[in-house]
Amino acid sequence: MTSSPARTPFIVRLGRSLDARSWLLIGLFAAFALVAVPVMHLLLPPGNPLHLSTYFITLTGKILCYAIVAVAMDLIWGYGGILSLGHGLFFALGGYTFGMYLMREIGRDGSYQSDLPDFMVFLDWKELPWFWTGSDHFLWAVLLVLIVPALIAFVFGYFAFRSRIKGVYFSIITQALTYAAMLLFFRNETGFGGNNGFTDFKRILGYSITAPETRVVLFALSALALIGTLVLARFLVTSKFGRILTAIRDAESRVMFIGYNPLWYKLFVWTLSAMLCAIAGALYVPQVGIINPSEMAVANSIEIAIWVAVGGRGTLIGAVIGAFIVNLAKSWFTVSFPEYWLFFLGTLFIVSTLWLPQGVVGLYRRLRAGRSNRQESANDAEKGAGKARENCGAPASAPLAAAKGASA
Amino acid sequence: MRTIRLIVAGWLLGIACAHAAIDPALLGPLASDGNDAKIVAITALVDGAQREALPVLKAMARGSLALAGERVVIVDGERVIDAATNAEIVPAPEVTESIGINNRLRRELASTLAALRLFSSDREIRWEAAQELASGADAEMLPLLEKALASEADPEIKARLQMAYAQGSIGSSDAVVRLSAVRLLGESGDPNVLQLLGPLTEKRGDSWAEPDSAVRAAAGTSIRAIEKRLAFAENVGRAFTGVSLASILLLAALGLAITYGVMGVINMAHGELLMVGAYSAWAMQSVFQAYFPNLLDWYLLAAIPVGFCAAALVGVLMERVVIRHLYGRPLETLLATWGISLFLIQVARTVFGAQNVEVANPVWMAGGIEVLPNLLLPWNRIIIIGFSVAVLAAMWSILNLSRMGMFVRAVTQNRPMAGCVGVPTGRIDTMAFALGAGIAGLGGVALSQIANVGPDMGQGYIVDSFMVVVLGGVGQLAGAVWAALGLGVMTKFLEGWTGAVVAKIVVLVIIIIFIQKRPQGLFALKGRFVES
Amino acid sequence: MNSGDLLLTDNPDWDSGTAELGHMLKPGQLDLSHKVVLYLDGITVSFDGFRALNKLSLTIDAGELRCIIGPNGAGKTTMMDVITGKTRPDEGKAFFGQTLDLTRLSEPEIAHLGIGRKFQKPTIFENHTVFENLELAMKTDKRVWRSLLALLDSAAGDRIAETLQTIRLTAHADRLAGLLSHGQKQWLEIGMLLMQEPRLLLLDEPVAGMTDEETERTGELFLTLAGKHSLVVVEHDMAFVKQLGGKVTVLHEGSVLAEGALEDVQADARVIEVYLGR
Repeated sequence: MTSSPARTPFIVRLGRSLDARSWLLIGLFAAFALVAVPVMHLLLPPGNPLHLSTYFITLTGKILCYAIVAVAMDLIWGYGGILSLGHGLFFALGGYTFGMYLMREIGRDGSYQSDLPDFMVFLDWKELPWFWTGSDHFLWAVLLVLIVPALIAFVFGYFAFRSRIKGVYFSIITQALTYAAMLLFFRNETGFGGNNGFTDFKRILGYSITAPETRVVLFALSALALIGTLVLARFLVTSKFGRILTAIRDAESRVMFIGYNPLWYKLFVWTLSAMLCAIAGALYVPQVGIINPSEMAVANSIEIAIWVAVGGRGTLIGAVIGAFIVNLAKSWFTVSFPEYWLFFLGTLFIVSTLWLPQGVVGLYRRLRAGRSNRQESANDAEKGAGKARENCGAPASAPLAAAKGASA
Repeated sequence: MRTIRLIVAGWLLGIACAHAAIDPALLGPLASDGNDAKIVAITALVDGAQREALPVLKAMARGSLALAGERVVIVDGERVIDAATNAEIVPAPEVTESIGINNRLRRELASTLAALRLFSSDREIRWEAAQELASGADAEMLPLLEKALASEADPEIKARLQMAYAQGSIGSSDAVVRLSAVRLLGESGDPNVLQLLGPLTEKRGDSWAEPDSAVRAAAGTSIRAIEKRLAFAENVGRAFTGVSLASILLLAALGLAITYGVMGVINMAHGELLMVGAYSAWAMQSVFQAYFPNLLDWYLLAAIPVGFCAAALVGVLMERVVIRHLYGRPLETLLATWGISLFLIQVARTVFGAQNVEVANPVWMAGGIEVLPNLLLPWNRIIIIGFSVAVLAAMWSILNLSRMGMFVRAVTQNRPMAGCVGVPTGRIDTMAFALGAGIAGLGGVALSQIANVGPDMGQGYIVDSFMVVVLGGVGQLAGAVWAALGLGVMTKFLEGWTGAVVAKIVVLVIIIIFIQKRPQGLFALKGRFVES
Repeated sequence: MNSGDLLLTDNPDWDSGTAELGHMLKPGQLDLSHKVVLYLDGITVSFDGFRALNKLSLTIDAGELRCIIGPNGAGKTTMMDVITGKTRPDEGKAFFGQTLDLTRLSEPEIAHLGIGRKFQKPTIFENHTVFENLELAMKTDKRVWRSLLALLDSAAGDRIAETLQTIRLTAHADRLAGLLSHGQKQWLEIGMLLMQEPRLLLLDEPVAGMTDEETERTGELFLTLAGKHSLVVVEHDMAFVKQLGGKVTVLHEGSVLAEGALEDVQADARVIEVYLGR
């Protein structure tokens, strides 16, 4: 206790929020995404057994974006106890705001060779609507991605949390919000391409959007964004903020009566979660090459929740695992047995809520705990949270040790 | 031309004898060249043949009058009928020339026919003819109308004829006649009349189209009166479609009012229970088509119990297998029931195909009641409104009057206590859920009559149904009713101003704002139990 | 320290305000210039026509230990709801000190001003350790940004260790709070209240579910707290009330039926009627 804990540099604390094993795994993953993937995709010839196909890059890149959304969902649902059925909206908004930039980058290469995006020419519009101003600047687009969904989330969240709307009520209202937004975006007059949305992108920052190099860079960016999201989320849930957040989830009135205003805590994590979704959406659109209002469908938002549930709520890494399991299964089913996909997904919803309350991660922990014959195996996930505090650094446990010594 | 009508009138006034056949000499000139000649021929025919002229003139209006050699015949598909005797000619002779008509002749024939029908002994025919004339009569028909007015006894028909008379006399050179006509027309609710009166208040060049200022003023008053009546009818129409939408929302939400409102179970598969009901209706239609084709019109009555039972059965399965294990965990229930809904959608796709199926309205649900000239209330909507009221009443009495309803209320208020006094709480849960599901099935049967029936139909109702229940206040039947009414009427009136999609968005936003203000819904429960 | 009518002059802890006129107050600070910490006047609360509180008037002096008794439905819990901002009264005044209008403040604001509340059913954070429970309750800046970067310093660690000892849970510091016994949970909740350093503690049946020994110890703890803090204890256990020894208020049908020393109240004919029936 020589140095005041408050002066510990933030970056060090960020580093301490994960243990060595987790950092090792993250390092391995980063090496794979930033080095191995580009080499195996760009340098190895297609015939090589180690060559990674474009299909692989696109699919995995897409799922990396979904994983970011899943972590964002886990933050508010797993830790904050708020089940949002509107995260598809923020994802799509991020995609749309960045999509505006991509549409402008098409330039005169569209079907109508106009400065305006094709759908506007089709609607016989003569000039860009006001909210498209500046959309041809990359930085402005990035700024919008960060600000617009966050602002919408903030305003909506402020009113919802202030009125103490919680639980299922909140879920249903977020669902209504997404649904209303979807209807709005389906209209041509809204200025976002109606039914068809944005597609036929050509370039990003002047580079061809379909070039293998661009794909690899986008893939690497998605991987980095996922790592950043995970570390940030980990830091949050192991901080005092995280403990207050779970406290709000478990006993909101107690939190209020000890002087915290849950409104601002929920609002912070809600807005942050929305922002993460928007970033994921912005990375998703150039990789997939299309964004349309069906991304805001009610079903999509609920599916996000099942990724988290399958992986294991309140574990962060579970969200990533869940996103991969469900989406890999989806792409396998829709190719091989399209008629069974809904059966599978439906069963997944039922099974994971009935028999796997802690998801795959919980199952893994239970199996391991069963092997080492530990007693309190029922509360795995929560113990994880408890352990997190221990990991969070010496400062917190040092006085505790002192206290123990004093009482002994 | 006036002569024709005078002759017709004269003949009709003196109906005495009926001829068995028409003199072919009267028929021949109908085939003559030139419209004027044909009009003369029509006049002569009406004068000479009277009642028997009707089928011939009708055939002529249809363009199926023809010449077979010298004989005038009516061509009816394969058959050829002698115009003179109205009997079929066997074997059918070869048609040599058809008798063509142009627009002028068609108009002439139409009014002649209307005039003939105006004096029919059948009230229905007279009524129809009067209707036709009331939406377009001109000055030439005035004498005929005068006669008809003199002989007509039925007040409804008489009112129509007066309207037609006013329309005809509006062009009169006598200002007094015009004034009374304009005043009379002010009582009309027909949008066409507006076009008739409009010009009277306009200026043509520098001078008024209507020279008499009193008539002009009266026309203005009449126009305003008619517009007011039209606006009223339009609003009544909107209110009716609003109530109709409300009844649909209510049917969709009533089941949810039990499962969510009373039991607190978030059933995201509710829309699919509606789908089960709708497919039951389709199944019953198919069964009736195959086995009782002559009773086909009544398949819907059979679909009601079948839809209820089918959906209730699915509900029992859902409750027993999944929902029962998730009581008290609403968010998990939400996800699990969403899974069930995906499952049911795929089952429907596999069993019935991904395409929508055709469910036809029975004959007795077709058509409607014309309340005002521009307001038709369709029967299927009226029946569905009635049906929803009946379902609501049934549900209310089950919940409030029956023993089971008492048990349900007991269990929802205090589960352990209800268990202690011997209420079989588990069975009650299942039964209550089955009831809610069954009512959703009834909603589905009703929806099959006005909406598409397909595997995805349920998804469209889930947001709306939840909005109704949440807006009404959880656990409140009355709340659900008012919320459905409010949402339905508001949506329809908004649609009038903004279009359907924007109206829907606005309504959703209004609900979201409203719930921020009153999280407990319209009918909030107050007191110490609210928080828990 | 047995007496509820404790004199403030003995107590160096009361920093803000003296009995003199013309004192200065920072906004939001507790003004105890009239030695009254809580002032309820004519509070009425009704739910769907049922009057939970009926023109309730009550004053608690600074440093006082007050017991509130009354049959079920007398309005004890509703009264606490009003004081802590959970329920807004239909009419009436509720002041914390001389200046702070409780009817206009939210729950966190009221908690922040220094009113701590223990619920009838112990509410603690069951998925947090005992240590964390106390850490979260500790008096500190409770805004979002602060908690994002907050770290425990040694002074705070000492505070928690001290409280752990007071509530005798030092050995359980790292256990999940949900695994504690009922009595221990009650103590933990009291410990959380202490960590808040409140001026006024509202305790709803604090010894329910405790063993006799635990009850006795709780009583001792409360007696040491009185003076430094003001306490309002709602209790059914008459032996415990007797042990605490302060002034007793009897609530009945939402208003005060009797007030005074326990023996006087117990002798009151109306009180006997309410409790025993006719």
